[in-house]
This record gives sequence, C-alpha cells and structure tokens, in this order.
Amino acid sequence: MKFVLRPLKDSPQGFYLLLGGFAVLLALGLGAVGYIEHHGHIVTGMNNQIVWGLPHVFAVFLVVAASGALNIASMSSVFGKTEFKPLAPLSALLAIALLIGGLMVLMLDLGRPDRLIIAMTYFNFKSIFAMNIFLYSGFVGFVVAYLWTMMERRMNRFTPLAGFLAFVWRMALTTGTGSIFGFLVARQAYDSALLAPLFIAISLSYGLAVFIWVLMLASKGSARPLGDVLMARLARLQVIFIAAAFYFVLVYHLTNLYFTKHHDFERFILLDGGIYTAMFWLGQVVLGTVLPLVLLLAPGIGALRRRIATSAGLVILGGFAQMYVTIIGGQAFGLVLFPGYQVSSSFFDGVTASYSPSLPELLLGLGGVAVVGLFVMLALRVMGFLPERMDDAALEMAPVQAAPVVA
Amino acid sequence: MKQDHNSSPSEPVAKPSSRRGFLGVAAAGMAGILLAPGVRLIEIAQAAPANGAASAGASSKVRWGMLIDSGKCASGCTDCVTACNTENGLSGGKLPTDSQWIRKIEIKEVRTGKTQSLPMMCQHCAEPPCVDVCPTGASFKRADGIVLVDKHICIGCRYCVMACPYKARSFVHEPLSNQKTDVPRGMGTVEGCTMCVHKVDKGEQPACVTACSDAGHGAILFGDLNNPESEISKRVASYPSRQIREDLNLNTGVRYSGI
Amino acid sequence: MLRRTWSSFVRLCQGLAVGLCLVAVLPAAAQTGAAPSGASQGLQPPVTKARGGQCVDDPAFMRRNHMALLKHQRDDTMHGGVRSGKYSLKACVACHASEASQSVSAEAGDFCQSCHTFAAVKIDCFGCHASKPPPAGIQAALAQPQVKP
Repeated sequence: MKFVLRPLKDSPQGFYLLLGGFAVLLALGLGAVGYIEHHGHIVTGMNNQIVWGLPHVFAVFLVVAASGALNIASMSSVFGKTEFKPLAPLSALLAIALLIGGLMVLMLDLGRPDRLIIAMTYFNFKSIFAMNIFLYSGFVGFVVAYLWTMMERRMNRFTPLAGFLAFVWRMALTTGTGSIFGFLVARQAYDSALLAPLFIAISLSYGLAVFIWVLMLASKGSARPLGDVLMARLARLQVIFIAAAFYFVLVYHLTNLYFTKHHDFERFILLDGGIYTAMFWLGQVVLGTVLPLVLLLAPGIGALRRRIATSAGLVILGGFAQMYVTIIGGQAFGLVLFPGYQVSSSFFDGVTASYSPSLPELLLGLGGVAVVGLFVMLALRVMGFLPERMDDAALEMAPVQAAPVVA
Repeated sequence: MKQDHNSSPSEPVAKPSSRRGFLGVAAAGMAGILLAPGVRLIEIAQAAPANGAASAGASSKVRWGMLIDSGKCASGCTDCVTACNTENGLSGGKLPTDSQWIRKIEIKEVRTGKTQSLPMMCQHCAEPPCVDVCPTGASFKRADGIVLVDKHICIGCRYCVMACPYKARSFVHEPLSNQKTDVPRGMGTVEGCTMCVHKVDKGEQPACVTACSDAGHGAILFGDLNNPESEISKRVASYPSRQIREDLNLNTGVRYSGI
Repeated sequence: MLRRTWSSFVRLCQGLAVGLCLVAVLPAAAQTGAAPSGASQGLQPPVTKARGGQCVDDPAFMRRNHMALLKHQRDDTMHGGVRSGKYSLKACVACHASEASQSVSAEAGDFCQSCHTFAAVKIDCFGCHASKPPPAGIQAALAQPQVKP
C-alpha cells in the first residue's frame, strides 16, 4: 500500500505549551536526581525494607509499555495485517521513546549512577539484570534498524525481516523484565515462572493503551482524522489484551491460593494489606480491568472514541496500580524465615514494611514520562513518522465483521 | 566536472569545498588528539607492575562457617550486635534506613508458644542468590566461602537486597564519614556482614564470636568447615544442626542448632 | 575527480599528523618543564612531604601510575584477600596523612587533595575508605609485612 509520511506542518495549538510542560517536568526530574545523588537515598521514601519504590514502578511500566507499543508495527510486518503499515513508524518511535524514558529512570535511581561505565564493562552473565542491559540497548538498535527499513524506500524489502527480529527481541526483553522478579526465589510474591508470560500479556495491554493515547493526540494535533473502523479495530485489540493480562493474573492468584505456604501472602494482597489491597482491587481489577472492558464492550455508552480514550487511560492507571502492588507490595510483605512462627527483631522482621513515596521519587518517575513526551513530540515535528492520511480509506481498512464494539 | 577544466590547478578550491575541507582537517585533528590518550592508558595498563604478595590470601581449601547454638542465646542479649557495630563502624541506629549487619531475632512458635532467640546475619551461602543476581559481579563469593560486596564496582541497584532470603544486605542511604580503616563503607553501595574478613585474614575470629565467648555465653562457634579436625566440623558431625530455609538448597555457611 | 579525492586524502593525513604531533609534544614539554625537586617552574600543586621516609617508588612513576597500581591492589585485596604488598592503601594513608589535619584528603593542602584539586579530578576513594590512619597509630597501620622493593 502506498502512503506518505509527513512531519507535523504548522505547530498545532498548544504544541509548544505541551512541549514546554514536558521540558519543565524533565528539568524537575533531573533536579530531583541531583538532590537524591547529593544527599543519598535517605531523602526518598525507600529504606532497607522497601529498596525499590516509586521510580521502579514508573520505570518498569515504561519499559513494559515500550515492548507493547511495538505491537502495531509487529502486526503489520510479522503478522500480515498490512492495513496497519502506515502506523508502524509511529509505533516503533513510541517503543523507542518509552524504552529510553524507562531506562533513564532506572539508571538515575541507582545508588551510584556515576558508575554507569562499570555497569557497561563488568558483567555477571548469570544475572538477568546484566542480560537486560543487552536486551534493552539491543531493542533500541533493532527498532532503529526496523524504522530505517520502513522509511528508506530501497530497504523496504527488508522490513519483514527487521520486523521479525524486533518482534523476537521484544519477546526476549519482556521475558527478561518479568524474570527480574520471577527469578527471585526468596520472596513469596515472585518466585514464579508465570511472571514472564504475565509481563508479556500486560505489555501488550499497556503498550496498546499508550499507543492509542499518542495516536489520538497526534491525530487531533495534526488535523489528520482517524477512521471509525480503525478505532473499532483498536478497541477490539484492547479488549483481547486486557483479557489476556487478566487471565495470567487470575492463574497467578489461584495457584497461590492453592499453595498453603503462600496463603499468608495472598491474604495480605487480597484482604488485609491496607494500601496494597486497595490498589489491587480498586486499581488493578476495577479501574484497570473491569471498567475498561465494560466501556469497550457495552454498546451505547457514549461515543466510541471517548470510550476508547477513557479505557486506555484506565488501563494505564490500572497498570501503575499493578506495578505498585507487584513491586512494592511484594517487598512490603517481607521475608518468611520461620514458617509457623511469630517473628520480631530490630530489622523489621515479621512486620509489614511501611513505605510512603516521596516527592523526589515522583519527580524522577514523571521525568521519565517527560522524556517520552519530548522525544515523540520533537520527532513528529521534525521528521515524518505520521502518515499524511489516517482515515479508513487511506489505510484500506476492511470493516470489522460482526464486532460487538462498533458504536 | 566542467569546473575542473575552467579553474587553474593552482587556484584554491571553490568556497563550499574549502569549508568542508576545513571541517575535515579539524575533525581529523580532533580524532588524533582524542585517540592519543587512549594509547597512553593502554601503555599504563600494560606497564603496571605485578604485586608481590606477602600474605597467602584466600584459599578454597578452607571454608569458613559458623555454628550458632540458639539454646545458649538469651532473649534480650545483644552482645554480638554491639560488637559488630563497634568493629565495623556501624551507627547502631534502628531507623528503617539504618544498616544492620547482624540482628537478634526473637521467634515464638504460634501453635505451641515456645520462644527462642538467635542472631541472624549473612549466611554466606555456597550458592548465594545475591551473587547470581548482581549485574556487575560486585556481590561475589571468595574462594574461602565468605560472601562479600566489592564496593568498587557496586552500582547500588539493590537487586541483591531483593534477592537475599535472609535480609542480610543493607543499602547505605546517606553520606558516611570516619569509617574504620579496615572496613570501608560508603553511600550508594550495598553492604552486609563480611564475617569480619579483615580479622579472619589475620587469623582472628569475627567480632560477634569473640564478644559472645568473652561474655561467657559461647553461643557462636567459628571455624573451618572443610577441616574435619576443627571444633565446628566435629560439632556439626555429632549434634543436629540445620540451615535456615534449607528448602532453598543454598548450602549456607552459618548453621543453627536448637531451632 | 581523482585529484579532488587525492587532495582530500592528503588533507586528512595532514590533519592527523598535526593532531598526533601536538599530543606527542605537549606532554613532553610539560615533563621537561616540571622540575624533579623543589624549584617551582610555573603553576604547581603544593605537595606536603610524607612522614614515612623512603618513597614506595619513584615519585614521577607514582604520579603517573598510582591509579593503576591502586586498581590492581584493590582487586588483589578484595577478591584474593591479599592485604599486604607495597601498594596497600592503608599504608599510603598512614604515611601521607598530613600533620595538621591527620588526613590525606580532608583539607585542600592534604597530600591527595592538593594534586587532585590542581588536576580537577574527583577522588572517589574516600567516600568509602578512611582518609585518616587509625587512632591506634601510624605504626599499627604500617605493621604489614612489606615486600622489599
């Protein structure tokens, strides 16, 4: 199919306002990093019981969404859905931006971020973290190559190969990210092979939600309207991905409920974990799963586009809640050294650890989001990543057959 | 091509090319300047003299371990903790952000009500999860079984703190000063019980062991698990002892009896 | 077209040659400029004399290579458990600690700090390592079996 990519011509209203907002957010984030690096992590809410806090929630969300954001491009190059080809460059751009944002937050939260060179020259290959360094940087490399084959006309014949390689790499990357937790035998929240496929499923869901938001914003900003059939297709995809992610969450909890040794942990998450229980039921289940599904599947609740945008936002919110429960809740529950015993010590054994996120952590996380925004906005303005026409006729979209989501 | 015929060979090149030419020369000069220091560094690395080692260093013939008799451990007694803090320059504070290399744990079996007390520190596993997960290899196991953090290459990612089943590791949250000469510790890196490696290398015992025996309790025994004639080997061969979380199969160097 | 390619190539070689010559000449000039002892010629960091007596090695050699020596020693000590040898950091600190501040990097005039401030290179060591010899005394710190140079 022939399509033309064009940069955003005249700056749409509010473009520079949004760009400025992202720049300010980034500056605040970098300021927070300087503050944390100078005074030490004591100025954050993290402590020896909860060593990974809000920055890691942001970072893991962004990295997971990065892998999923590539999905539209993968569908067009690897799975034969050529109607998505014009949107593939935006998808690849978003994937790179999200990964860079997530990686930046992760690296700036290190205790010694000045030792990044050490991290890139000393490797313990048994560590999934060390492998992730290659997976993350390789992802950027592969997706840049993939973008190049898409945008350089003479290289277009290599797009299926580049897309396939990027797809395989992205599966490895998300498996690696899930395994960061899955390989931890010490904690009841992790210690499970299920975390790798769970992360792949949630990456599809979060990535598509972020892509939908960026696409709709870019369409409004560039006055290039999106077709109804495209929106219906994206809505149906989002439903499938939310359901897939929920399946893995369900199996994870059902298995834990079966294992007597994990009952205390399940009771903590599902019943008496305070903020974590609230985040799980309200954030992850209601806002992140049930409500978006209702919005996307039930006919007649308002205009389709508004429903899609709202559900995407809810999925993103639910995603943050899920990451909070997984990463922080998993640490707050604590380690069980003596099953069947009541334990107490000066080092907070046997008690639920307390954690309250601090402003520097929030600013660092938002700084990562700002990097994504700046990257995407500047790229769209300067180079052609968005097709000139995105309506259904231009994309050669066949109408969805008997789909329950057509408004 | 027409230009070449019209201009004489001795004339300077046309304006756009001379700017390009200047940039090319400048870039080449920069490349030269930037490359040379690297050559110098390689020189240094290859010229570094070999260290003549006077002391033997760690050997895999030895495996240092501890046997803790919980029966001899009194609830409320913290002699080992105090000694560790003094020896290693720890603050002894109990804030959530303070480092604790050793702690006393009071346990009470829920069903029966039996209470016990024991010290918990890095278990110096033979298959340490903290070593497996460290991305730079800073968390490592020495040849003689002592598990340490090489703070020169620790980047402070705290993955080992996530991975340790015994909560043995602490992260340093604030700038430190007045460190002990033999125990370097610094902000932004992770640390834990070193089994007083600086004392062990001199042939002495860890501070907690010495303090406990000096006070007359004798709950902690230190020795070479690889030597069948050592006190600790004879003790673990004759009396029941166990590892904490033995289901993880980590083969810890610290064993407990009486729990 | 061949002439233009050749002249570009010649310019490239000229540029590289200039760059490399500069780099080769400048350090040599600096070295001939630096006096081996006492007499100051131009800008120099104030270096306090150590209290130990004999230098571990030739001062010019130490100035150039102490970072590499420390790096090797730290691996030997950390991973190998070798705590002696003439490049032990503990011994450096004990010998070079200034009389005034009892430290090698606390004040601007102290041994390590003076050169490092002059060269504008941040010292990473003393964030973790003690910059003062142990209160037990210098002799205690120096009482490691030393290798005969």
